[in-house]
Amino acid sequence: MRSKYAIKQLSVFLENRKGRLKDLTETLYQAGVNIRALALAESAEFGILRLVVDNPEKARSVLSAAGFTVKEQEVFAVEVEDRPGGFYQVVKLLSEADINVDYTYAFVGGGEKAVLIFKVPDADLERALETISAGGLKLVEPLFFYGG
Amino acid sequence: MKPNAADYISREELEALQLKRLRETLRRVYHLVPFYKTKFDEIGMKPQDVRSLEDLQKLPFTVKQDLRDHYPFGLLAVPMDQVVRIHSSSGTTGKPTVVAYTEHDMRVWTEVMMRTLLMAGVGPGDVVHNAYGYGLFTGGLGFHYGAEALGAAVVPSSVGFTKRQLMLMRDFGATVLCCTPSYALHLAEVAREEGLDPHRDFKLRAGFFGAEPASEGLRQAVAEAWGIKYFEAYGLSEIIGPGVAASCEYGELHIFEDHFLPEIIDPETGEVLPEGEEGELVFTTLTKQALPLIRYRTRDISRLYREPCRCGRTILRMGRVVGRSDDMLIVSGVNVFPSQVEHVLTKVEGLTPNYVIVVDKRGVLDVLEVWVEVDERIFTGDLGTLENLKHKLEEELANHLFLRARVKLVEPKTLERSMGKAKRVIDRRELEEKLGR
Repeated sequence: MRSKYAIKQLSVFLENRKGRLKDLTETLYQAGVNIRALALAESAEFGILRLVVDNPEKARSVLSAAGFTVKEQEVFAVEVEDRPGGFYQVVKLLSEADINVDYTYAFVGGGEKAVLIFKVPDADLERALETISAGGLKLVEPLFFYGG
Repeated sequence: MKPNAADYISREELEALQLKRLRETLRRVYHLVPFYKTKFDEIGMKPQDVRSLEDLQKLPFTVKQDLRDHYPFGLLAVPMDQVVRIHSSSGTTGKPTVVAYTEHDMRVWTEVMMRTLLMAGVGPGDVVHNAYGYGLFTGGLGFHYGAEALGAAVVPSSVGFTKRQLMLMRDFGATVLCCTPSYALHLAEVAREEGLDPHRDFKLRAGFFGAEPASEGLRQAVAEAWGIKYFEAYGLSEIIGPGVAASCEYGELHIFEDHFLPEIIDPETGEVLPEGEEGELVFTTLTKQALPLIRYRTRDISRLYREPCRCGRTILRMGRVVGRSDDMLIVSGVNVFPSQVEHVLTKVEGLTPNYVIVVDKRGVLDVLEVWVEVDERIFTGDLGTLENLKHKLEEELANHLFLRARVKLVEPKTLERSMGKAKRVIDRRELEEKLGR
């Protein structure tokens, strides 16, 4: 299932320095890369920007060339109803399967559905996908993000 | 006779030779260099008063400032028509330091460079890629002459144009690399960026690295990055250039003491320290004609060991240079050498050292910061891992330096890339003093 549902996420190391976020987004803009979902994790001095984009290879190469430290990781996305309990359903399944969620964030979009992105330890990814699928929830294929 | 036969002579024979050469050198400088005559007369010493190697301790030191004060040729012991080569330091902090060589000095230099390169058995069939700077800096030409004299093919590539250097190294089948350790690491990084495998795409088997201090971690990183044996070349232009000491196959750094007589002194008091103790390295040249120097203070902090080496060489060994007495930082009253910081950084797994030490003042207090580059080998994409790394480094630094240091993780290329000598220390306290703040 991993090959079908794993989504490439880019993590970019950012110093908490004036203008760095601007430099990063400008680099992506100029390369014509569209950001589909994002989350920023931060400590006092540095942060990590996590991105799901329409063209991860291109994004990675332009960011590296611009001097950013980029790491590619695999995450997965689940589509749920945009109503109370949507998020809970997914987390409950993972929790019952004893799979730890490293972090999670939401896809920005409209409509009645919400798309949630989950990062779990790499060793648990396959099992997480099976759990979600067996639990009757809908996994989102990478094409949804990349096709843009 | 093999060029490195003197590495193996008996201690008795060596010490007799040293004493004979020392007495000759003292006689020459007393009669030919007014600076030394004045200094000896001031303390009432005549060259013939030195009857043993220990008597050398009674003589005054020579320091770098003496060379500057006698710029350019005031300390030469030969007329200019006997000089065949002149080198000079960059002189960033004052007048440049000028060193000169006679034809005889050039033969001595070539000999010690052959002895250096013979540590790795360099000879015909080897292709020596020499990426030390050619020009006024002694590194490039020193290695050049030694390698050529051994019958190796020398590629005098000098510094810069890293991608072209890599192309030449690969296409010419370089077997031996000569450059600074930080540049060797930079070459390997660029090779990988260019899609080359430093182990498979090159034929290097050994490297001679020097001209800047290198921690054990940096040495290992260079050796592993290229899959080669790391040899250290130690020297300084005032004494001759590279070729003062070189490490053998066991990594022990042997001083060519039939030409350069070493001592270790307490940098504060000038007292000669017992064997094995850490102090400032001092050399007296024993065979140089153009610029003989008596008890020249190198500012390098090291140790001397006399017990015989496993490699069979009888010439004594010096410890790794742990710092320079003038590179030493005093932070909140604690002595800090950049090499200590580097040691800690390289101890932490996966961290190749690209860092800068920043010392600043906050109010009346000194603040020590270590800026470490987060490159793709360190970055896991995980915030917690980075925070752990930062805390681990801070803890290790505190343990080693007996001082709190703040670690700042920075983006790559923030720090100046090392092409020649790496700039590792930014002391903002000096800057503020200069600006009169």
